[in-house]
Amino acid sequence: MMAGAPLFLILLPLIPAIISFSLPERLAVWRNAVNLLFALVKVGIVADLLRQVRGGVDLEWRYTFLPGHDFLLRVDTLALLFVSLSVFLWLITTVYAIAYFGRGPNLSRFFGFFNLCVLSATGVALSGTAITFFLFYELLTLATWPLVVHNGDEKSLRAGRIYLAYTLAGSAAFLVGILWLKTLVGSVEFTAPPDLSAVPPLTLTLIFVLCVGGLGVKAALVPLHAWLPAAMAAPAPVSALLHAVAVVKAGAFGIVRMIYDVYGIGTVAELGLGTPLAALASVTILYGSLRAVMQADIKKRLAYSTVSQVSYILLGASLIGPFAVIGGLVHLVHQGIMKITLFMCAGALSNRLGIKAVADLDGAGRLMPVTMGAFTIGALGMIGVPPVAGFISKWYLGIGGLQSGAPWVVAVMAGSSLLNAAYFLPMLYRAWLLPPPERAGFRELGTSRDRMLILPAVVTAAAALAAGVFASSAVSPLTWAKLIAERGYLE
Amino acid sequence: MSPLDLLVAAPLAFMVAALVLGQGGRWLILAAGPVMLGLSAWLLALPPDAAHLVGNWDLPLGILLRADGVARLLVPATCVCFVAVALYAWPEFSPKAGRETARAHTFWPMLYLMWGGSNAGYLTTDLFNLYVTIEMVSLAAVALAAMGSLAAGLQYFMIALVGSLAYLLGVALLAGHYDTVDATLLAVRARPDLPTVLALAVMTAGLLVKAALFPLHGWLPPAHAAAPAPASALLSAIVVKLGFVIILRLWFEAFAEVVRPAAIHLLGGMGALAVIYGSIQAIRQERLKPLVAYSTVAQLGYLFLAFPLIWNARIPGEPWAAVLVHAVAHMLAKAAMFLAAGLMLKAVAGDRISDLGGLARAMPLSVTAFALAAISLMGLPPSGGFTAKFLLLHAAIEQGQVIYAGVLVIGGLLGAAYLFRPLSVAFGASAAPVVRAEGALRVAAPLTLAALAIALGFAGMTLIELSSIGAPPAIALPLAEEPGP
Amino acid sequence: MSLPAALGHLFPLTGAALVGLGLFGFIILRHPLRQLLAVNVIAAGIFLILGGLGRGEDVTDPYPQALVITGIVVSVALTALGAAMITRLAEDRCAPAPTPEPPGDRDA
Repeated sequence: MMAGAPLFLILLPLIPAIISFSLPERLAVWRNAVNLLFALVKVGIVADLLRQVRGGVDLEWRYTFLPGHDFLLRVDTLALLFVSLSVFLWLITTVYAIAYFGRGPNLSRFFGFFNLCVLSATGVALSGTAITFFLFYELLTLATWPLVVHNGDEKSLRAGRIYLAYTLAGSAAFLVGILWLKTLVGSVEFTAPPDLSAVPPLTLTLIFVLCVGGLGVKAALVPLHAWLPAAMAAPAPVSALLHAVAVVKAGAFGIVRMIYDVYGIGTVAELGLGTPLAALASVTILYGSLRAVMQADIKKRLAYSTVSQVSYILLGASLIGPFAVIGGLVHLVHQGIMKITLFMCAGALSNRLGIKAVADLDGAGRLMPVTMGAFTIGALGMIGVPPVAGFISKWYLGIGGLQSGAPWVVAVMAGSSLLNAAYFLPMLYRAWLLPPPERAGFRELGTSRDRMLILPAVVTAAAALAAGVFASSAVSPLTWAKLIAERGYLE
Repeated sequence: MSPLDLLVAAPLAFMVAALVLGQGGRWLILAAGPVMLGLSAWLLALPPDAAHLVGNWDLPLGILLRADGVARLLVPATCVCFVAVALYAWPEFSPKAGRETARAHTFWPMLYLMWGGSNAGYLTTDLFNLYVTIEMVSLAAVALAAMGSLAAGLQYFMIALVGSLAYLLGVALLAGHYDTVDATLLAVRARPDLPTVLALAVMTAGLLVKAALFPLHGWLPPAHAAAPAPASALLSAIVVKLGFVIILRLWFEAFAEVVRPAAIHLLGGMGALAVIYGSIQAIRQERLKPLVAYSTVAQLGYLFLAFPLIWNARIPGEPWAAVLVHAVAHMLAKAAMFLAAGLMLKAVAGDRISDLGGLARAMPLSVTAFALAAISLMGLPPSGGFTAKFLLLHAAIEQGQVIYAGVLVIGGLLGAAYLFRPLSVAFGASAAPVVRAEGALRVAAPLTLAALAIALGFAGMTLIELSSIGAPPAIALPLAEEPGP
Repeated sequence: MSLPAALGHLFPLTGAALVGLGLFGFIILRHPLRQLLAVNVIAAGIFLILGGLGRGEDVTDPYPQALVITGIVVSVALTALGAAMITRLAEDRCAPAPTPEPPGDRDA
C-alpha cells in the first residue's frame, strides 16, 4: 500500500460527512446507508493495515506545514490499537444511532459532525508528532461540541459550555507545554524521542505537568473531570462515543504517548514523575467509584464509572513495568467495549421503557432480557469478574504493580472492584430479581428498529466476553498490547 | 504599464464611473471584480524586486510603488474582501430595494474610493502619499459609518481627522529634517535625534487612533456596530488594517535604527491590554454586532502584541509572517462574520444574541460561515488565525516572553468564550424561526470568505515565503529549516 | 541673529503654537462645529510648520510647498464633508420624528 494510506484513512470520513451535511432529512435512508457503507469500508481498511503492520510494514506520511513543524502521520502498533477500537465501535455506534434517533430533527447535522469526530479520532491515533496530535485533538473538541449540545435544551447548552471551558483550557496548556519542549529540544516526534539530557529537571517536570494536566482534562483525571458527568445531557449515542472511544480515550492515549514516546520511560522514572501520576490515577479510580455509588441516575452513575475506569489506563502507563503497560493498554480497548455496551443498554432502557433512574430498574430484566443480559456482561466485566475482559486488565495491572514495586496498586484494584460491585450489583439485583411494573403487551424485539437498537449492545457484549475468554488467541487485544509492549517499550 | 499603478488607478476609475452612472453604479462590480482579481494575480506573479516609479519621477521627489511581501499578502486579500462584500451588498444598495436612493448612489463610489486608497496604502513607500491614502480611506469609511448612525460617524470623523493631522505633523517634521519622506530613503538616513523621535511619536499616535489600538479604540465599537452589514465588514476588515500597515513600515523599515526596546514594549503592552480588554467587553455585550465590533478591538491587539516578538526574535521572519497572516486571516474572517451576522440579524428581526435561537437549523449556511470565521478568530486549528497565533506563541515561548505568551493563550480562550455564545444560542432548539430565503450570492459571500480564512491554515509555507519577499533588512534573515539548537 | 534666520524659526514656532491652540480647543469644546474649526486651526499650524521648515536662506525649497498645497486640498475636502455631516445631524435633530439613538456600546 502507498505511503499516503494514513492520510487516506483519516480523510475518508469527510465524504460521508459532506454527504450527511448536504442531504435533507427526508432522504434519511440514503444518509444512513452512506454512513454504514463508509463505516464498513473503514473497518476493512483497518483490518488490512493490522495485517500489514503485524508483518512489520512501516507507513509514514510527512508534510512540512510551517518551517520546522512537520505534519507527520504514522501507522504504528499503538496507533492501530486505538484506530481499530475506534473504527469497530464507530460502526457499532452508527447502527445504534440510526436506530436510536429514528427520524428526528437535525440528524443530518448530527451524522455530519459524527463523521468529523471519526476523522479527528483517527487523526489523534495516527499522529506522529505531538504538534500533529494537538491539531487533531483540538479538532476533536470542535467536532464533538455540536454533538454534546445536540438536544439544544438549556441543560445541553450548559453542558456544552462546561465542556468547552474545560477542554479548550486543557488543550491550551498542552500546546504551551509542547511548544516549550520543542523550543528546548527541537523535535517532538514520537518515533525519535528527543534528547532531554540537557534540559533542567525542573523545567522538564513543569512541561510534563502542563502536558499531562492538559491531556488529563479529556482523560477526566480528578480534579479535571467535572465536564464528563455534565456532558450526560447529550443523547445516548453521543455519551457512548464520548466515554468509550473519542474524547476520554484521546486524552488517555495522549498521556501514554507523552510518557513513552516523548519523555521515554527512562526520563520519567529519573524525574520521579511516574509515582505521583500513578497516585493521582489511583485517587481518580477510587473517587470516581465512590461518586458513582452515590448517583441515582443511571447515566450519571456510568459517567462517574468512566472517570474511574479511564484512570486504569493511566495507572498502567505510569507504573512503568511490562505487565502494567500491557494492562493499561489492553484496558484502553476493554474499557471501550464494556462501557459502550453499558451506555447503549442504558440508552435502550430509557428509549423503550423510559427508565432513567436506578430505582426504576425493577424487573427490567424480565421486560428486556436481551438488553439486560448485555448490560450484565458489561457490568460484570467492569467489576472484574472472570472471564469477561475487565478481569484481564485488572490482573495485568495488579501484577504490574507488584512487579514495579508498588504493592499498594493491588489494594487500589481490590478497593475499586469492591466499589464497582457496590454500584453495579444493586442494579443487576433490581433488574433481574425484583418484579416488573405492569406493562401490557410490551415486546422487547417487536419491530426491526427495536432489534437494531439492541443488536449493537449484544455484539459488543459478546466482544467483551470474547476478549476475555480468548485473550491468548492471536487476534485478541491482549496479544496486540503485548506486541506493542515488545516492539516499543521493553528494550 | 505595471499592475502596481493599475491597482490604484483602476478602482479610482471605477469610482468616477460609479459617480457618473449613479443608480447603475452597482453593475460596475461585474467589471471591477475580474479586473481587480486579475491585477492581484499579476501582482503575485511579479518578480520579487518589482517596483514602479509613478510618472518616472525619481526619488526623492517621485513616488515609489513596490510589490513587497506586505503588499502581496494584503492587496489580494483586500481584493477578495471587496468583491465578496460588493456581491453581498448588491441587492441591499440597489434603488429597487425600496430604500432611499441616496444610499444606492453613495455606497458604490465610496467602496471604490476605499479600495483604491487601501491599495495605494499597501503599495507606496512615500509617507506623504500615505497621508493622502489614509485620508481617502477615512473619507470613504466615515461616509459608510454615517449610513448607520450619523452621530457615530461624526465622532469617528473628528477622531480620524485629528489622527491624520498628527500623522501629517510628523511628516512635516521629517520633510524639514531629511528633505525626503520616502521610507526606503529614510531607512538609510534616519538618525535617532529629537526631531526624528518626535516625528515618529506623533505619527504613531495618529495612526494608532486609526488602527483603534486600546486605549484609542473608543470610536470603533459604536461606528462599526451601527453601520449596515457590508459597511461594517469593510470598516472592520480593511480600514483599521491600513493604520497598522503604516506603523509596521515605520517601525521596522524606515526607523528600524531609531526604535528603542522600551517603545516596542509599550506598543506590545498596549496590544496585550487590547486583547484582554476587547475580549472582556465582547463577553459583556448583549447584542451581536457590538460583540463582533469589540472582537475587532481584541484582534487588533494581537497585531501590536507581535511587535516585541518580531523585534527580539532570533528568526524574525516567523513572527513577521505571523503578524501578516493574522492581518489577512482577520480581514477575511471578520468580513465573513459581519456579513453572516447581517443575514442572521435580518432573519430574526432583532439585534440581541438571545434572538438567534434555532438559527443553526433555519439558516445552516450562514451559521456555518459565522462558525468558520469564529474558528479562525479564536485561533483554533486548522485556520489562518491558528497559523498566526501558533507562530506568535512559538516565538513568545522561544524568547521567554511569559506575559505575551500568557496573553496569547488567555486571549484565545476569551475569544472562545464570546464567540461560542452566539453559536450556542443558534444551536439551541427553541423552535426554528421561519426565515425568508436569501439570494444565493448573499449566502455564498460570507461562506467563501470564511472558507478562505480556514484554507489559509493549510498554506502556511506559501504565506511565509510570500511575506519574506522584500521584507525590511532587519526581518529578511534566511528562514532556518529547524528552529532547534 | 539676522532677520531671515529669525523668520526661519518664526514660522514653525507660530505653527506649533497654532497646533497647541487647536488641540486645546478640540479637547475642551463639545460642539462638533467648534471641534471642526479647532481641527482646521491644527491643520493651519501644521501647514505653517511644513512651509516654514522649507524656507531657506536664498531659495525656498518647493518640495514642502507642494506638500502643503496637497494637504490644503485634502483638508478643504474633509472640512466640507464634516460640515455637511454636522448640518445633516442638526436637520435630523430638528425634524419632528427623532432619529433613534445610535446603538453604541453598553458602557459608552
